[in-house]
Amino acid sequence: MTIDLEALIRAAREHRDISGFLQAIPYFRFLGLSVREDADGTPLCVLPADPKLIGNARLPALHGGVVGALLESAAIVQLIWSAETDVIPKIIDLQVDYLRSARPVETFARAIITKHGRRIANVRAEAWQEDPARPVAAAHAHFLLG
Amino acid sequence: MSEQPDISAPQIDPEGVDPKVVEAMIVAGIPHCAALGVKVISVSRKAVTLALPYNPDLVGDPVHGVLHGGVVTSLVDTVCGMAVFTALAKLQAIATLDLRIDYLKPAVAQKELYATAECYKLTRSIAFVRARAYHPEAPDDLVASCVAAFMIGSSDKPPLPKGTKVPGGVA
Repeated sequence: MTIDLEALIRAAREHRDISGFLQAIPYFRFLGLSVREDADGTPLCVLPADPKLIGNARLPALHGGVVGALLESAAIVQLIWSAETDVIPKIIDLQVDYLRSARPVETFARAIITKHGRRIANVRAEAWQEDPARPVAAAHAHFLLG
Repeated sequence: MSEQPDISAPQIDPEGVDPKVVEAMIVAGIPHCAALGVKVISVSRKAVTLALPYNPDLVGDPVHGVLHGGVVTSLVDTVCGMAVFTALAKLQAIATLDLRIDYLKPAVAQKELYATAECYKLTRSIAFVRARAYHPEAPDDLVASCVAAFMIGSSDKPPLPKGTKVPGGVA
């Protein structure tokens, strides 16, 4: 089985539709991650409410690792959307600040590329639930491009 | 690292906290870990080691067969939390304040991934933890390195479902 990810990445950028790429990545299917284009033309990542993503059954709350994964995924999606590279950006490091308990509901995330160098990209991402002004977590990460 | 986990069979430190409590926490208290298939390898007051078995659903780069970084984050966040629980004098709710991960090399998706964490400083309110992720056959060749801070007593609700048996009583 050969997957032409580079073709899927190029198609995502050309057609402003990243769903083919998301479907090719098993972990994105596992999370149920989808991407929609916001009014301003930027990609918005959507993580559905799913009991298997819960990290604290008592509260209940989303697993912190899942929130981290969503933020990392938002950064990858943003890089694919706007970067020139046709390969999956490789994560170098990630710092996540957990700001509020994330309830097991639909969760959104968006990323901004703060610096796009030739080899390294510096990306910030935020995740929220009902209100974008009340983020549940924020992250910054470095990626190796190409 | 003087103590290496025995890769031939899961081992439990007899002097440590009852590993059944940690297992109960993961199975009954953390549905996401049940979904990932996380296993307990060893638990002591000093360190906790968990394992993530190979699962093709967790691949982030199918061309190179690499685990998604988010999976590593989930395993590392969990093992850090468990290290805090085992360091605490009594079971209390905790919450991750921040987590910083360095991805040192790709995690081979087809290999089991281990993560070991130790809570190296505990104050009344905050626990400081470090963790590492690695394939068990090469424990010094790290896949990821992590530091994290946790808030202690983040909720009135205890971290286990009511009636779950813990040493010295019932949650």
